[in-house]
Amino acid sequence: MGKVIGSLVSTIKHECYNNKKIMIVSPSDKDGNKIGNSIIAIDTVRAGVGDIVLVASEGKTATEILGFKEREPLRSVIIGIVDKVDLN
Amino acid sequence: MKLAKVTGKIWATIKDKKLEGIKLYIIQPMDEKLNAIGNEVVALDTVGSLENDIVYWVGGGEATLAIKGRQVPSDVSIVGLVDRVDLRE
Repeated sequence: MGKVIGSLVSTIKHECYNNKKIMIVSPSDKDGNKIGNSIIAIDTVRAGVGDIVLVASEGKTATEILGFKEREPLRSVIIGIVDKVDLN
Repeated sequence: MKLAKVTGKIWATIKDKKLEGIKLYIIQPMDEKLNAIGNEVVALDTVGSLENDIVYWVGGGEATLAIKGRQVPSDVSIVGLVDRVDLRE
């Protein structure tokens, strides 16, 4: 889980990143506190800056979600936007 | 994937055949505000980056897929050049 804190503009890149929205996500814990360093993730759910999102950081998952025929050098993908976290 | 700055170049004459013709750089991983984090690492270049460029890289198994049609013995691969980072917080 993390918070989208910005986006990234890149012209020269590996072709698997073409036409993809690249976001910067700051990992956070269940209370929204920042944990660890920011990562770069491909957006698939139209997330915006400030959104709390779910990020999958695994190559096979990224391949499946983005519909690539074979594995590509791409790992982190935003796969959902968090509406609410319920804690007991 | 994470951000980094290219800080140096590696010259290696004797290396694995699969690395022939590929540039190796030393990169310093960075956070979104471009502050250095952690230690520098050696990365394989696939996008024609130059020293002092801000790049993003992928590590682990995906790094071996950075060059199309061939598997390269790489741990960290540069996959894109950063033109601009937009932070709105």
